[in-house]
Amino acid sequence: MAQNLFEGTKEQLEQLLVCIEAHRGEEGALMPVLHEAQNIYGYLPAEVQTVIAEQLNVPLAEVYGVATFYSRFSLTPKGKHIISICLGTACYVKGSDKILQAVERELRISCGDCTPDKKFSIESCRCVGACGLAPVMIIDGDVYGKLTEKDVKGILDKYMQD
Amino acid sequence: MTVEELKKIAASKAELINVRRIVREQAEKLAARTGYRKQVLVCGGTGCTSSHSLKVIEQLEKSFKELGIDDVLIVKTGCFGLCALGPIMIVYPEGAFYSQMTPEHAKTVAEKHLIKGGSIVKELLYAETLHEDGSVIPFSEIPFYKHQMRVALRNCGVIAAEDIDEAIGAGDYAALSRALFEMTPDSVIEEIEKSGLRGRGGAGFPTGRKWRFTRIAEGDVKYVCCNADEGDPGAFMDRSVLEGDPHCVLEAMTIAGYAVGASEGYIYVRAEYPIAVERLNIAIKQAREYGLLGKNILGSGFSFDIHLRLGAGAFVCGEETALMQSIEGKRGEPRPRPPFSAQCGLFKKPTVLNNVETWANISPIILNGFHWFSEIGTERSKGTKVFAVGGKIKNVGLVEVPMGTSLKTIIYDIGGGIPGGKSFKAAQTGGPSGGCISAKFMDIEMDFDNLVKIGSMMGSGGLIVMDEDTCMVDIAKFYLEFTADESCGKCTPCRIGTKRLLETLDKICSGKGEPDDLVKIKEIAEHMKSSSLCALGQSAPNPVLSAMEHFGEEYTAHIYEKKCPAGVCKSLLNYYIEPDKCRGCTLCARNCPANAISGTVKSAHEIDTAKCIKCGQCIAHCKFNAIVKK
Repeated sequence: MAQNLFEGTKEQLEQLLVCIEAHRGEEGALMPVLHEAQNIYGYLPAEVQTVIAEQLNVPLAEVYGVATFYSRFSLTPKGKHIISICLGTACYVKGSDKILQAVERELRISCGDCTPDKKFSIESCRCVGACGLAPVMIIDGDVYGKLTEKDVKGILDKYMQD
Repeated sequence: MTVEELKKIAASKAELINVRRIVREQAEKLAARTGYRKQVLVCGGTGCTSSHSLKVIEQLEKSFKELGIDDVLIVKTGCFGLCALGPIMIVYPEGAFYSQMTPEHAKTVAEKHLIKGGSIVKELLYAETLHEDGSVIPFSEIPFYKHQMRVALRNCGVIAAEDIDEAIGAGDYAALSRALFEMTPDSVIEEIEKSGLRGRGGAGFPTGRKWRFTRIAEGDVKYVCCNADEGDPGAFMDRSVLEGDPHCVLEAMTIAGYAVGASEGYIYVRAEYPIAVERLNIAIKQAREYGLLGKNILGSGFSFDIHLRLGAGAFVCGEETALMQSIEGKRGEPRPRPPFSAQCGLFKKPTVLNNVETWANISPIILNGFHWFSEIGTERSKGTKVFAVGGKIKNVGLVEVPMGTSLKTIIYDIGGGIPGGKSFKAAQTGGPSGGCISAKFMDIEMDFDNLVKIGSMMGSGGLIVMDEDTCMVDIAKFYLEFTADESCGKCTPCRIGTKRLLETLDKICSGKGEPDDLVKIKEIAEHMKSSSLCALGQSAPNPVLSAMEHFGEEYTAHIYEKKCPAGVCKSLLNYYIEPDKCRGCTLCARNCPANAISGTVKSAHEIDTAKCIKCGQCIAHCKFNAIVKK
């Protein structure tokens, strides 16, 4: 698929190699390296996994196995703004499923997907620990709490503009 | 650093911190000696930061500059526990409790209260801290705090979480110094064994015994691990301890290292907790600089260091063998036991693993002795337990009470009851591995064993309150969705069992349930309990089994009458407009995404149930409560 073409820069690769060097020889280095690689690239494309496998001398299959096991690691690129709706129990009991549906309706995509213009992606998460504010939604790290369905459009509009 | 230097720091900070701990009159006298006229504590935990407490701090700093206030100390602490009222700010020595602060409020408090000769701004105080006659009640005496007993959370919301000197002043590292210089490894373990402390992560295994097994296991290299992969959605006490008092965990792990003969430790923490991760990193760095971690700690000859490992969003990694796999950089899949971790754990070496809250209990036991600890709680569950109380309850937050406290005390005396005039239906403890407690067990003494007896479990201490609007079939389905999603797939009973249970519940919720389904659920559940590899699969059927036991009538209503009594399951409901309540404002019709509502201005509207997609938009927009689901 054209939209999944990997475009990594030289700077990103250098950053990755520096990070791998820092963890070289450490027991259990793969997880910390994958975390940092995802920070650098935003996701973990096959090309990046290959570099990690070669550099750490771990089979690519193992890198892929670990990258796909954990939900925080993503093999596909994400939108510019990442919307995360908490579906932990405290939020669910207070109706976070309805907030999720409202966001899906508003952006016309489903949870887990990215809008065609790559502006937004929606994901669900399990408890950020802000249960006092339930139900909560997190956009790019900013927490919006005590939400009702009516609040959704206004909040998204703020991000639509840029 | 030497023990004397440690004591010097503790002494220099002790008065400052005591102002925050003692009753008002004495605190005022003490405050005069600390060099700070007043201290303002602002919560910097996840809950309050999410409601912008950092902006409150910024505003205070700005106002102090403008007003020339230089003798009031601002302290960014961890969680105070009453998260529903965030951002929270407490002013000492008065103990004035300001809730739901905004930068504007902070400005007002600075100008009217914190300035020299100022007095408490009563209209911004949390209402329950005001007597009817207008006098102020110190917050420690309001119902939410009065019934609590804070052991694990002793320093949360009391000290500046990123300042090791304050931690030392509050008593951190005193137990380590005692263990290293006045106790042998065996006497440390004996103290923990005799205290009766049981693991707070869920299983309730005796902590002292775990340490003993690791101590006697053969091996030159041993490890100490901290399970901070708090995956139970709705439980956040571990996060609060890490955010509010990270040093108490580092200290306790070092004590365990000394006791079992380990020189390295790992903390496995959820990546979803950025503040906790940051504070742990700061705490580890500070402890190394002070020589409280690293080589030759306090000159005792004992060396110990701690590494941090981030999780990546896998619930199963809270299981001990899966957690260790993950630290090793592998897929977090559990393995069969034996061999147990005490013999063959992390990197195949003897390993002791405890949960954050368990670690938080270690230092008080070493300092106060096992007698003190074993007098708190019930016959077989000693000490206190932190509950994360959430859901349909007024005072959402963290509550620490002696083991054996009743659900009634937690929900009504501390939690303030159910909001909106609704009635209590059930409380879920133990998250996706636990079960629900119905109203008839309100008075039961909650401890490890009693909760198991009534078909639930303590788990990590998540306590979600549900009211009459919660459907017990839907909530069981919610938990099964969670466990089916989080099942690692290694063993068949869990991988397939969670899927089949979920499908069956889905069928019941969508109105296609058959009487035989209840029998099927029980059969699948039995197999999962007896043959799953780890606790995730063994306990995954608990939420549905306990809901069926306590709320069987809701299951039969879904199956036989095709009705959802709580009005939650969409397929079993239709939306109607009550003509006598409808004013014909047209708001519902304009907001209906399916164009299912018809009617003219100022006359009663009607919903075409064939077109209706049951999204609930009309109810959300109706100002006259004219729309009902039945």
